[in-house]
Amino acid sequence: IPHLSSFSLGPGAGQDVGRSCILVSIAGKNVMLDCGMHMGYNDDRRFPDFSYITQNGRLTDFLDCVIISHFHLDHCGALPYFSEMVGYDGPIYMTHPTKAICPILLEDYRKITVDKKGETNFFTSQMIKDCMKKVVAVHLHQTVQVDEELEIKAYYAGHVLGAAMFQIKVGCESVVYTGDYNMTPDRHLGAAWIDKCRPDLLISESTYATTIRDSKRCRERDFLKKVHETVERGGKVLIPVFALGRAQELCILLETFWERMNLKAPIYFSTGLTEKANHYYKLFITWTNQKIRKTFVQRNMFEFKHIKAFDRAYADNPGPMVVFATPGMLHAGQSLQIFRKWAGNEKNMVIMPGYCVQGTVGHKILSGQRKLEMEGRQILEVKMQVEYMSFSAHADAKGIMQLIRQAEPRNVLLVHGEAKKMEFLKQKIEQEFHVNCYMPANGETTTIFTNPCIPVDISLGLLKRETAIGLLPDAKKPKLMHGTLIMKDNSFRLVSSEQALKELGLAEHQLRFTCRVHIQDPRKEHETGLRVYNHLKAILKDYSVQHLPDGSITVESILIQATAHSEDQGTKVLLVSWTYQDEELGSYLTSLLKKGLPQSTA
Amino acid sequence: SFQYCLSGHPTLPCNVLKFKSTTIMLDCGLDMTSTLNFLPLPLVQSPRLSKLPGWVLKDGSTFLDKELKECSGHVFVDSVPEFCLPETELLDLSTVDVILISNYHCMMALPYITEYTGFTGTVYATEPTVQIGRLLMEELVNSIERVPKAQSASMWKNKEVQRLLPAPLKDAVEVSMWRKCYTMPEVNAALSKIQMVGYSQKIELFGAVQVTPLSSGYALGSSNWIIQSHYEKVSYVSGSSLLTTHPQPMDQASLKNSDVLILTGLTQIPTANPDGMVGEFCSNLAMTVRNGGNVLVPCYPSGVIYDLLECLYQYIDSAGLSNVPFYFISPVANSSLEFSQIFAEWLCHNKQTKVYLPEPPFPHAELIQTNKLKHYPSIHGDFSNDFKQPCVVFTGHPSLRFGDVVHFMELWGKSSLNTVIFTEPDFSYLDALAPYQPLAMKCVYCPIDTRLNFIQVSKLLKEVQPLHVVCPEQYTQPPPTQSHRTDLMIDCQPPPMSYRRAEVLTLPYKRRYEKIEIMPDLADSLVPLEIKPGISLATVSAVLHTKDNKHVLQLPPKPPQAPASKKRKRVSDDVPEGKPPKPLLSGSIPVEQFVQTLEKHGFSDVKVEDTAKGHIVLLQEAETLIQLEEDSTHIICDNDEPLRAKLRDLVLKFLQKF
Repeated sequence: IPHLSSFSLGPGAGQDVGRSCILVSIAGKNVMLDCGMHMGYNDDRRFPDFSYITQNGRLTDFLDCVIISHFHLDHCGALPYFSEMVGYDGPIYMTHPTKAICPILLEDYRKITVDKKGETNFFTSQMIKDCMKKVVAVHLHQTVQVDEELEIKAYYAGHVLGAAMFQIKVGCESVVYTGDYNMTPDRHLGAAWIDKCRPDLLISESTYATTIRDSKRCRERDFLKKVHETVERGGKVLIPVFALGRAQELCILLETFWERMNLKAPIYFSTGLTEKANHYYKLFITWTNQKIRKTFVQRNMFEFKHIKAFDRAYADNPGPMVVFATPGMLHAGQSLQIFRKWAGNEKNMVIMPGYCVQGTVGHKILSGQRKLEMEGRQILEVKMQVEYMSFSAHADAKGIMQLIRQAEPRNVLLVHGEAKKMEFLKQKIEQEFHVNCYMPANGETTTIFTNPCIPVDISLGLLKRETAIGLLPDAKKPKLMHGTLIMKDNSFRLVSSEQALKELGLAEHQLRFTCRVHIQDPRKEHETGLRVYNHLKAILKDYSVQHLPDGSITVESILIQATAHSEDQGTKVLLVSWTYQDEELGSYLTSLLKKGLPQSTA
Repeated sequence: SFQYCLSGHPTLPCNVLKFKSTTIMLDCGLDMTSTLNFLPLPLVQSPRLSKLPGWVLKDGSTFLDKELKECSGHVFVDSVPEFCLPETELLDLSTVDVILISNYHCMMALPYITEYTGFTGTVYATEPTVQIGRLLMEELVNSIERVPKAQSASMWKNKEVQRLLPAPLKDAVEVSMWRKCYTMPEVNAALSKIQMVGYSQKIELFGAVQVTPLSSGYALGSSNWIIQSHYEKVSYVSGSSLLTTHPQPMDQASLKNSDVLILTGLTQIPTANPDGMVGEFCSNLAMTVRNGGNVLVPCYPSGVIYDLLECLYQYIDSAGLSNVPFYFISPVANSSLEFSQIFAEWLCHNKQTKVYLPEPPFPHAELIQTNKLKHYPSIHGDFSNDFKQPCVVFTGHPSLRFGDVVHFMELWGKSSLNTVIFTEPDFSYLDALAPYQPLAMKCVYCPIDTRLNFIQVSKLLKEVQPLHVVCPEQYTQPPPTQSHRTDLMIDCQPPPMSYRRAEVLTLPYKRRYEKIEIMPDLADSLVPLEIKPGISLATVSAVLHTKDNKHVLQLPPKPPQAPASKKRKRVSDDVPEGKPPKPLLSGSIPVEQFVQTLEKHGFSDVKVEDTAKGHIVLLQEAETLIQLEEDSTHIICDNDEPLRAKLRDLVLKFLQKF
């Protein structure tokens, strides 16, 4: 039975917003979707356990390809570990911007982990480079033929620069994996879009499964108000971000606000990545939203006048300032350093513009913790204001429903969310779309049975014969088509039975039956014949009944002859003769004639 | 399947393909060589042009002297330049379903087609093609609209009058079809009908046909197209290049297994080597500037100019040209330079790698940053303040009939220190220069045409092996000026089918199969039988559904169960109907084994007689006779249905069903 199965590598996607790594088996092909790293762990648990995929044998032999949806580390952070340390040499697909930006973030993270924290058993710079050599960049909507049967196609996902949803297709069976996506355009990116591709399975993220977020505009106003108030009272605002993505959206927001309000307080962007990051946005401007794309010649939105590079020394400067610092979850690096400096002053504010993974400082302060144990048992008291603003571009419940409406999947599978919220959404989806909705736990396999139709080559002669019949006035009744399916070397051809015989070099064997039917009729043979003809003609209105000059009668291809009985004058013998192909009619005629001829026709 | 050929220009094609109930237009090139018959449009009053004498017929009649002017022995139309459109009468263009564009040079007639013919379909093109095509159109409209011309000449087009004119006006074709330039609103309306597509994107048309653009290596976003059904494949090759310049390399492999390959857009200068031409361009440029002269490069605002700027970037320091200003003047100069940097995904590998760093893919970004290259929308405004000589000016239009280039021709033409270097191959440089004669300035002809030459074509055809090649007639004979060069034509087997303007070709292919889908429940019901090793057969009886050109086979509906009532039925109720017919049979029946089988099944009185062709098996008590021959079996019995059925089944055991 054809089926496909999806399997999240635990602890990973499934019901947790930690990292994504999903294995899909479809029509005998194995595809790994994303290869994320868990930011909340500092040990082996940060990488997926790839021994789940195959206990023995190389990953390269087992996996047909790997697809990376976007450059966030919870979707691609384990890639060098996977390809270089565990060992995988097959193709890895991602979009051009992802291919450009992903190695930079990986290197950045590697530096923090290895060079600053001194951890071992981590991938090296060279491994990142070698890993990226295995990457094949794909265009949006390009059909990439991975091998003869397996093809993949990328769709725009919004979320971050270069984020894509992927359709994976083998024959008639297909899966769509959304990665992270955003159904409403924001200040720098467009909305996700997919065509009515009717996949057997849609694997959707569900980070914001139950939230139906208030309008973007409100959130933006709120954000600007908080930043403005803090700066006005001389406080410092820390906005922990990842170098690429939300950072650019918020920069555009603050830049235009500063311009309009004529504000003077400095805005800084913390890492050396800034300028580089903005440069990527300039070069990949075709991936941003329509407004930015249209006006980029006159005004490039990623050239900021008010936002300047940050120097570590500025953190101690007196007076108000706004600082964007990486990383976004306050788990390491410069954002954490600045946070420690500013946390003690209640005039200051930290705004968390995105989701924080459990275990990070960001998650702790968002859940209300005000005393943090830092390295070396030191206790940090948080007096600064802590604000959370959902700016990360994930689809909310409305968006997820919208995507399902666009793609019309036969089954939906929710990943990357919290169990309770997912359950609510699952019910909603099943109610509205009447499709099965699954929400597997980490490490759980979901099997979905598909019903693929089988494409076959039909000989044009046979098809034309049938469509010609279909055009007859009696087209209401479905017409039956008869033919022979030749199956050879995985190719299927439907031809007429005659052609099938001919192609195989076989002669037809004719099987004929002739039955003797005795009826009482003293008349001459030809008179009996005429009676038979009239009788049949009256009953078989839809058939071609003919009386031939030699006295015999045909009903379609069945031949009937009336002969005298050798002994009994009052009895006539009807010889009814037909081929095996006309058995139904032949056998029907004999039983009909056996009942005798009606008197009235005499 | 038919091909309607609407353009006779081999590099500006316009063909319409009728393919499986869809009507597909392939490109809509605009032949602008017609503008060479017109006087240039000067940006500032040109005393020289306005003083040109009117043309007088041999018999002294002067009725055309307002419309036609004479300059150095050539006659020009003094009117707004006009373009030669593709044929619009050969077929009803409102029936065109889709238009496929292969590159930005081949879409210049688009507004005439989409806005004037009742066209309601969709246009498909890649994003760079659309964006740069828009720039080319904008520049064209701008350069013609900014020089309003009061006069619109039409008398000369009268057939009787045209006969009297000197060549080339006398021989100009379809002058009644020539049209003035479109307007920006028409351009915008036309471009709004374009749907942007990516390389290797499969686009379904009405379920019957799939079209796919492939990289053609000639320009940013340039594409060849595959038009295919499940069983026919037409490749449309238009403007392709195998040279390594800035665009993504040509995808050749996907052109394989074509039934028909339509080949257009080959190099217009088959004897010139583009690399050599670039070298000559640089050295002529350097020499002129060193001698204190100015260099004028008439060009399009996109395309080869990127490569020239890149060469100059590498060349200027070593040639000591660091202090010479380079000016790029076009209403779309800035846009063109900016757009070139954002299409990373459409560039060659080297340029893509630069974007990953991230650095701009083209070095003209650095030329601009260091002030070596300056761009201006026109000669008016800032340019007049910054203008320093000697300098190098890149500007359009290459026909020298409109655009800022006209101004520089008038300005620099009188000095032999200056040089005009022709790099664009679309116009004969001698014809382009004709209304400026007599000229003192030097003229250098370095045509750079990176499109396929005949050697490359012959290699390509050997590689992809199409069953048939279709091409413009110009490619089936040597160029008229080099009739001995039989190497400058397409050489393939079978010989190509050629077309000319306003011809209709019947494309030669026959298909034998069509795709059909078997629904899963029907597939489950099939009983395959292995007939020969590796070959299995199954008889199929199914209901055929055809919708949107897609065929599906479904399980036939179960016949309604006859009610098991004991009422007397009318005899006709029993008439068999709609049941699947019996399969064909094959094989033969070995008589001895057959007799054994009969005996095993309770026939004790079996008697066998030999006949000429086989045997007769007699069942005496049942008064039944079975004739066995090589390819036939005949059972003759009384009307005893159970007996007949039993015998039938025994016979069938020995036969295969189809």
